Amino acid sequence: MDKVQNNKAWFLVLPVLVLVAFSAVIPLMTVVNYSVQDTFGNNVFFWEGLGWFKEVLTSSRIHGALGRQLAFSGLILAIQIPLGIAIALCMPKRGFWASVCLVLMALPLLIPWNVVGTIWQILGRTDIGLLGHTLAGLGVDWNYSRNPVHAWIIVVTMDVWHWTSLVALLAYAGLQSIPQAYYQAAKIDQASRWKVFRYIELPKMRGVLLIAILLRFMDSFMIYTEPFVVTGGGPGSATSFLSIDLVKMALGQFDLGPAAAFSIMYFLVILLVSWVFYTVMTNLDRVEVK
Amino acid sequence: MARITLENLAHSYLPRPQGEEDYALKQLDHVWNDGEAYALLGASGCGKTTLLNIISGLLKPSRGRILFGDEDVTQKDTVGRNIAQVFQFPVVYDTMTVHDNLAFPLRNRGMDATYVAQRVQKIAEMIGMEDVLRRKASGLTADAKQKISLGRGMVREDVNAILFDEPLTVIDPHMKWELRTQLKALHNEFGHTMIYVTHDQTEALTFADRVVVMHDGRVVQLGTPTELFERPEHTFVGYFIGSPGMNLLEAEVSGDMATCAGHAVPLGARYAPLSGRVQIGVRPEFVSLATGDEGLPVTIRRIEDVGRHQILRAEFAGQPINAILPEETPIPADAHRLKFDPARVGVYVDDWRVTPQHSVVTSQKEAV
Repeated sequence: MDKVQNNKAWFLVLPVLVLVAFSAVIPLMTVVNYSVQDTFGNNVFFWEGLGWFKEVLTSSRIHGALGRQLAFSGLILAIQIPLGIAIALCMPKRGFWASVCLVLMALPLLIPWNVVGTIWQILGRTDIGLLGHTLAGLGVDWNYSRNPVHAWIIVVTMDVWHWTSLVALLAYAGLQSIPQAYYQAAKIDQASRWKVFRYIELPKMRGVLLIAILLRFMDSFMIYTEPFVVTGGGPGSATSFLSIDLVKMALGQFDLGPAAAFSIMYFLVILLVSWVFYTVMTNLDRVEVK
Repeated sequence: MARITLENLAHSYLPRPQGEEDYALKQLDHVWNDGEAYALLGASGCGKTTLLNIISGLLKPSRGRILFGDEDVTQKDTVGRNIAQVFQFPVVYDTMTVHDNLAFPLRNRGMDATYVAQRVQKIAEMIGMEDVLRRKASGLTADAKQKISLGRGMVREDVNAILFDEPLTVIDPHMKWELRTQLKALHNEFGHTMIYVTHDQTEALTFADRVVVMHDGRVVQLGTPTELFERPEHTFVGYFIGSPGMNLLEAEVSGDMATCAGHAVPLGARYAPLSGRVQIGVRPEFVSLATGDEGLPVTIRRIEDVGRHQILRAEFAGQPINAILPEETPIPADAHRLKFDPARVGVYVDDWRVTPQHSVVTSQKEAV
């Protein structure tokens, strides 16, 4: 009844507000600010309205980068998710070798992005790289800095090498949490290995796989460092994904307005696609019930 | 369907078992007759589940053989043995409907679709789930899921046996009784060999024709509920079956007389000299109040009136003694002596019942 109303407690939220504003909101707003203005230097800005957005939306250069980006992310998911699950299924469930596998699997995840790029940049070279040299020795005309297909092969292989373990570790954790009784019941019901996977392992891994897909999608959609180090976006623009193109535009050409409009749309696309993924996957179940 | 024979069976979960204590299942020879309903009774951790898993093929025994009829199936897997097993906790296939869950074992055996549909319908009626057949199994309650597990266990008609591993633990009491009746009906109808694991004696005694009691990795007795009650072969059976369990007193036995802490207790038979730890055992049902100098002097601790009868809890020389007295028996305030029906007193050496040389008094029932 005599509840004391004291709204001063809201001040306790203030430090967080200040921190978030400083680290996220204000920088983002600066980008918004750039996206609606034009400048010819000397910090003199002119109002541009939605002009840059219109330009970016119709730019064939950005369409190309988006297309390559979607193809890259699609390819990455199509390879890493099944491969990760397959590795997790093959890993020993317990004992010494389980620990050995876990440590080995975690190793690629611990290497910094630009180091991964450097490793593969060197590995793929025909003069000093083991992979490139071997391929050349086998009679393949291998040159990832001139041949777009080779460039794609090396970028995709590198990402698979770097990140498949993440999927495998998540899937492994999902598998480990399945109670033994399910496997026993399936044996009693005389289910085949495929049916055990289809009706027990896959449904029980759904939660972790959803996280794996989301993480891998977002990460691969924002990939920058590794392809930048290995191919620099080339040959031509064959491996210029969205980030690489964005950096070229913002820092190479110093087109702040279009680059700002581009980043905002880039951000919205990631948000949208992640939301769609999440909603679709969490609702799959409910739809089936009806 | 076939008779199931266990020959020299033993199992250890350790790769190199040393002594007997390393075995979860000690040396075992046993025959499960075709078409009988057995209850496997024992405390938690006594090897019941291990034994079931060995019979169904989930586990390979460390030693010994398993025969179905005359065929050695020791090396065969679950598919080769075709046995149904229901586990303690519900296992359902989440992404399937109730119907598909029930149909799963049949489809895995490649049964014809019309037969599957008809059989699933029948089982659904039996477990009372016809109206939810189209629902996803994942959204159901724990006891509904367990009913599905039971249904999956019963759906195959051609199984060699159906094993139940404490299947009614998660089911509520009312449904428990009903399902047990259903299982019994199913047994009468199809005549499958059934082995029903439980640690609940009421469940065991109402379900089965024959009860197997296990203790510490060993089968200590196989018999009808009456046999287990009247002639427990092992002190564990005496203690585990009956409520309260059998009274056990440290004793010395010579001839047809036992001496407990200086007091004489007449026995119903004459025994050869015994060595080892000797105890006498008598069920509380055969203990009554005594007057005068008869019987053993005890200290009465409390009397529990449970409706049909009263339980008298007393102590004799530091050991508990219980007696079950008829509801109408008056218990005088100065009562302090209990006596045993000599014909119902058993003698145990190192926990195992000893056969007397010849009987002196016969119990009234046997005399008739």
